[in-house]
Amino acid sequence: MTKPLSEKVLNLKPSGIRKFFDIVSEMKDAISLGVGEPDFDTPWHIRDEGIYALERGRTFYTSNAGLKDLRQEISNYISRTQGVNYSPDSEILVTVGGSEAIDIGLRAIINEGDEVIIPQPSYVSYEPCAILANAKPVIINLKEENEFRLKPEELLSAITEKTKVLILPYPNNPTGAIMEKEDLESIAEIIREKDLYVMSDEIYAALTYKDRHTSIASLDRMKERTILINGFSKAYAMTGWRLGYACAPKEIISQMTKIHQYAIMCAPTTSQYAAVEALKNGDDDVELMRKAYNQRRRFLMNAFKEMKLDCFEPYGAFYVFPSIKEFGMTSEEFATKFLMEEKVAVVPGTAFGACGEGFLRISYAYSIDNLKVAMERLNRFITNLRKVKQ
Amino acid sequence: MREELLAILEKNSRIDFKELAVLLGVSEEKVLEEITALEKDGIICGYHTLINWEKTSIEKVNALIEVKVTPQRGQGFDRIAERIYNYPEVRAVYLISGGYDLLVTLEEKTLKEIANFVSDKLSTLDSVLSTATHFILKKYKDHGTIINQNRNDEREVITP
Repeated sequence: MTKPLSEKVLNLKPSGIRKFFDIVSEMKDAISLGVGEPDFDTPWHIRDEGIYALERGRTFYTSNAGLKDLRQEISNYISRTQGVNYSPDSEILVTVGGSEAIDIGLRAIINEGDEVIIPQPSYVSYEPCAILANAKPVIINLKEENEFRLKPEELLSAITEKTKVLILPYPNNPTGAIMEKEDLESIAEIIREKDLYVMSDEIYAALTYKDRHTSIASLDRMKERTILINGFSKAYAMTGWRLGYACAPKEIISQMTKIHQYAIMCAPTTSQYAAVEALKNGDDDVELMRKAYNQRRRFLMNAFKEMKLDCFEPYGAFYVFPSIKEFGMTSEEFATKFLMEEKVAVVPGTAFGACGEGFLRISYAYSIDNLKVAMERLNRFITNLRKVKQ
Repeated sequence: MREELLAILEKNSRIDFKELAVLLGVSEEKVLEEITALEKDGIICGYHTLINWEKTSIEKVNALIEVKVTPQRGQGFDRIAERIYNYPEVRAVYLISGGYDLLVTLEEKTLKEIANFVSDKLSTLDSVLSTATHFILKKYKDHGTIINQNRNDEREVITP
C-alpha cells in the first residue's frame, strides 16, 4: 500500500511509558514500582459471580447501556457515596473501562476546534483522545507547591472563548493529589460562569486517605454539566475485567450511547454480572484494600523523610510523586540510571506531561516487603548520587 | 487504630513497634502503650508461628474430634471442656452448635497416639457420650494463610 495512513494518528506520540517498558521487560530480576493497577486479586465473591454467570450461560450481549441491574447498582452507589441521583434508565452508561468513557465522552461533546483543558501531570490518554476527537488540547501545568491541585487562577488563565470542557483528573494518577470540597467550590464557580462542561475522572474515588472523596457533580448546579467517570478497576481490583461507567445528563448519555453502540455494542457481559456483586457486597473489600494502601503510603512517605527525599504528601490513588530535582538529572535519566544500577523500575514524571519533569511516579500497589527492598535500593542510590555531587 | 493494629498483628506478629508506628501513622510510644494494654486485657492472647510441618522431616498427625457430652449441672459445658483442654496434646477446644457439642483438635506424632488418646483419655471421661475422629490429610489453608502458595506477580511491569 502506498496510500498514507491517518495523519492525525501518525502524529500522535507513542506513550512515554512504552520505551521504558521495553527496557524493563528485558531485565529479569528487576523490581517494578511502575504498575498502575492493584496488586490484589479481585475479591473472590466477585470472581465467583463472574464464574456463575458463565455457568448459567449468560454469554450474550447486554443492552447497549449495560445491564439494568448494574445501572441500578451504580445509581445506588453514586447516591450513597456522593448524594447525587442519576437515573439508571437515562443517565448512566456502562463502558469498557473508564478509558472508553473518556474517549466517547469527549467525542460526544467536541466540535472541531473546541478546546479541552487538561491539567497535567495526569493520565496519558486525555490528550490523545482530545486530539482524536478533533479538539485542541490546552494544558495546565500543575504545581507541586499547590500539591498538584488545580487552582482557580490557573483555570481562568487557560480559558478562551473556544474552551468547551475541563478534564478534572482527581484523585490523580500520577501525583496522588486530591481536590477537596473547598478546592472544587473555587473552580466550580468559574466553570458555571464560563459555561463549561466538566469531565471528572474519578476512577480512584474510593482510594483517598483523608476525607472521603467529593465529586464535583455533587456541587450546586454542577451535575447538569458534568460527565462523571468511574469504574471497577482500581476500587475492586478488577482491571482485567475492563469495566467502567459514565454518569451524566441524559442529553450527553444518549449521544455517548450512540457512539458506544456503534463502536463497542456493549461492555463484557461476564464483567457486568460480577460488577453487580461488587457494588452490592464489595464495600468491605474496598475498605480492606484502602487500609492496606494507606499503610504502604505512610511507609513510603516515612522512607522518603528518612532519606530526605522531597515529596509532598499525597492523599489519593496509590502513587507518590517524589521530586528528584536536587540531583540535576532529568526524570528519564534518573529513572534509567536507577533501573540500570539498582534494578528498580519507576516511571519518569514526564510520561504524564512535560511538567512532570523532575519527578518520579512510584506506585504502592506492591506488598510492604517489596517496597522495603525497593526503598533500601533507592536510599543507596541517592546516597551515592549525593556523594558524587559533593 | 485498635482494629487496624490487631489486623496487622494477626497477620504478622513479628513486626516491630517502629514499623507499626509508621504504618498506622502514630507514635511508637502510642503503639507500645496500646499493645501493652491489649496484652494486659487478654485481647492479645499469644504470638504464634504458622508452620508447614509437611515440609520438614518431622512427623505430625492432626485430628479433629467431634465430641458429644452431657453438660453438667450448674457448669454447663465449661467443666468438661476444661478437663479436655488441659491435656497438652489438645490444640483447640471449641463449643459447637449443631449435631455435637465440642470440637477438639489434636496433634500427635503418630496415628496410634491419637487413637490412644481417644480411647484411653477422652472416651473414658464420664460426661463424654460419643466421639467421632477425623484425621487431617492435607492442609490447604490455615489461619487465613494459603499453604504452598507461591505466585508470581503476573502484571505487566509498567502500566500507565
